[in-house]
Amino acid sequence: MGKLRCAIVGTGNIGTDLMLKLRRSELLELVLVVGIDPQSEGLALARRLGYETSVEGIEGFRARCRDLGVELAFEATSARVHAAHAPIYRELGVTAVDLTPAALGPLVIPYVNIGDVLSEPNLNLGTCGAQATVPIVAAIASVAPVPYAEIVSTIASKSAGPGTRQNIDEFTRTTARALVQVGGAQRGKAIIVLNPAEPPILMRNTVYAALDGAVDREAVAAAIEETVARVQGYVPGYRLKVPPVFDEEKVTVFLEVEGAGDYLPPYAGNLDIMTAAAVRVGEEIARRRLAGAEARRSGEGAVNG
Amino acid sequence: MARRVRLIDSTLRDGSHAVSHQFARESVVAIARGLDEAGVGTIEISHGDGLGGSSFNYGFSREDELELLSAAAEVVRQARLAVLLLPGIGTKEELAAAYDRGARVARIATHCTEADIAIQHIGMAKEMGMEAIGFLMMAHMIGPGELLHQARIMQEAGADCVYVTDSAGALTPRGTRERVRALVEGLDIAVGIHAHNNLGLAVANSLVAVEEGATYVDGCLGGLGAGAGNAPLEVVAAVLELEGYETGVDWLKLVDVTEGAVRPVMLRPQVIDGPSLVMGYAGVYSSFLLHTFRAAERFGVDPKQIILELGRRKVVGGEEDKIVEVAAQLARGSPLP
Repeated sequence: MGKLRCAIVGTGNIGTDLMLKLRRSELLELVLVVGIDPQSEGLALARRLGYETSVEGIEGFRARCRDLGVELAFEATSARVHAAHAPIYRELGVTAVDLTPAALGPLVIPYVNIGDVLSEPNLNLGTCGAQATVPIVAAIASVAPVPYAEIVSTIASKSAGPGTRQNIDEFTRTTARALVQVGGAQRGKAIIVLNPAEPPILMRNTVYAALDGAVDREAVAAAIEETVARVQGYVPGYRLKVPPVFDEEKVTVFLEVEGAGDYLPPYAGNLDIMTAAAVRVGEEIARRRLAGAEARRSGEGAVNG
Repeated sequence: MARRVRLIDSTLRDGSHAVSHQFARESVVAIARGLDEAGVGTIEISHGDGLGGSSFNYGFSREDELELLSAAAEVVRQARLAVLLLPGIGTKEELAAAYDRGARVARIATHCTEADIAIQHIGMAKEMGMEAIGFLMMAHMIGPGELLHQARIMQEAGADCVYVTDSAGALTPRGTRERVRALVEGLDIAVGIHAHNNLGLAVANSLVAVEEGATYVDGCLGGLGAGAGNAPLEVVAAVLELEGYETGVDWLKLVDVTEGAVRPVMLRPQVIDGPSLVMGYAGVYSSFLLHTFRAAERFGVDPKQIILELGRRKVVGGEEDKIVEVAAQLARGSPLP
């Protein structure tokens, strides 16, 4: 199987971390890194690593996309910029995996709903809180009805970028919606807390899921543990702090997310889980397309032979 | 000429921590009416953790806070109603809904180092025509200079006043004086003090703050509030009168409201018990107290040990989820990080 060719648009912390993760991918081949700031550390690193780069932003992307055979673009700019880029990707026939909060396309969470949305032209990764907690809510909801799910994400102040700070309501709103629409809870609530402690704290998430008192606790715990192991497949530092705590009305799950420390520091698990999920989504798209292409090739072979 | 001090009552907001957010509508009506008649000009009503605080993490309210606002709006004659909002917990939607129910003062609270996450909400409040007050919580965790820097962010966002908010009841009079002085000297807007009594200093700190130029002082009837409670409003009013300040509040009437409407619904005496003192000493968010008692009982561990560990981890306001986690870890005897 070959590799699917992809590009990164946006060379800030997120785009740069993504670049280092894509280097390890067996299914995605990074062929173009696009920024707008010639002084950007990310672009400099991209050049050092031998990637083709452009400082012309989306116009640079447009100019090179066809020649390089780019099928997938990872958007690591901002919500506003992505809104301007999205129609261009569509016009060029490039699938967008969006790491900004623009939420133009459906929210995608690896393993949870990836199969439902893979053919969409624009996929949104939502928030770090959603990436960290929706898999757990979905796991619980697969065993028992969840009338209400609530999550608390605590992140190091240093890892909260200006986008998050200027519009923190967007985080709570988008994450709460994800708990319902993708997690399968009937109602959802999300809370975010910034903690300035030094050294910076690792990202923490607490998931509360309302449950009927008669629920099969062992089955719920097993589903949670299975899901944690699955997420660890792409975010190795994702783990339970203590085993799930059950009481008469709910289960409480304490999660910690340590980043891989590729470009972002390990405490920024909140950013790491976004770039790791983006790669995971991109690889799933690649797997399907490459398998489809192979099937077509072998089909043709059969006719010709 | 006597200096004017504005008293803001938080019995029906911070005080609700002490009753685990279980105020009944009748209590809210009686307390709001009493405060209004005693001349208190601003009455704060919300879940203890602010709008949208009703949750597993902070405890569910007995009554919808918006219904409580409406009920109070019906009985107050002169007082303005205030709400608290912590960005990250409450959102614009809840603030707009509170405005519709009659709230005209928005208190926007962040951890003392995170003022910039309040810019959005201070802006919204001003756009709606509300008075906007910035609340820098856990103010003991940073020095006066850094606190002023954060207060300026709120001032620039449009705040009409910024508070030194001693959420952990950890400030001494000296620490209060330094911080209030820095804000009074460095800001063009009013400065407020919100004290907790974990070290037995809430009234003293409030007085010191006023001496330094703070003109907004928070209190709760009967000293109700998170941890060992807030500065008792009736005491603050009496002390300020003795010191020659003008509050426009009849403190004796406040005593009547306290005796008649607050004490009868209190679940426990508002005292400085061991765990509250440890909170003040270790600088832990006062709202954690009753959650800590529940977790301590459930996991069979000493609440003081939970609080000390939370202090070591430098948890901030809103991290109530860490209480059960720490209790569970202490109970399992797992090594603490």
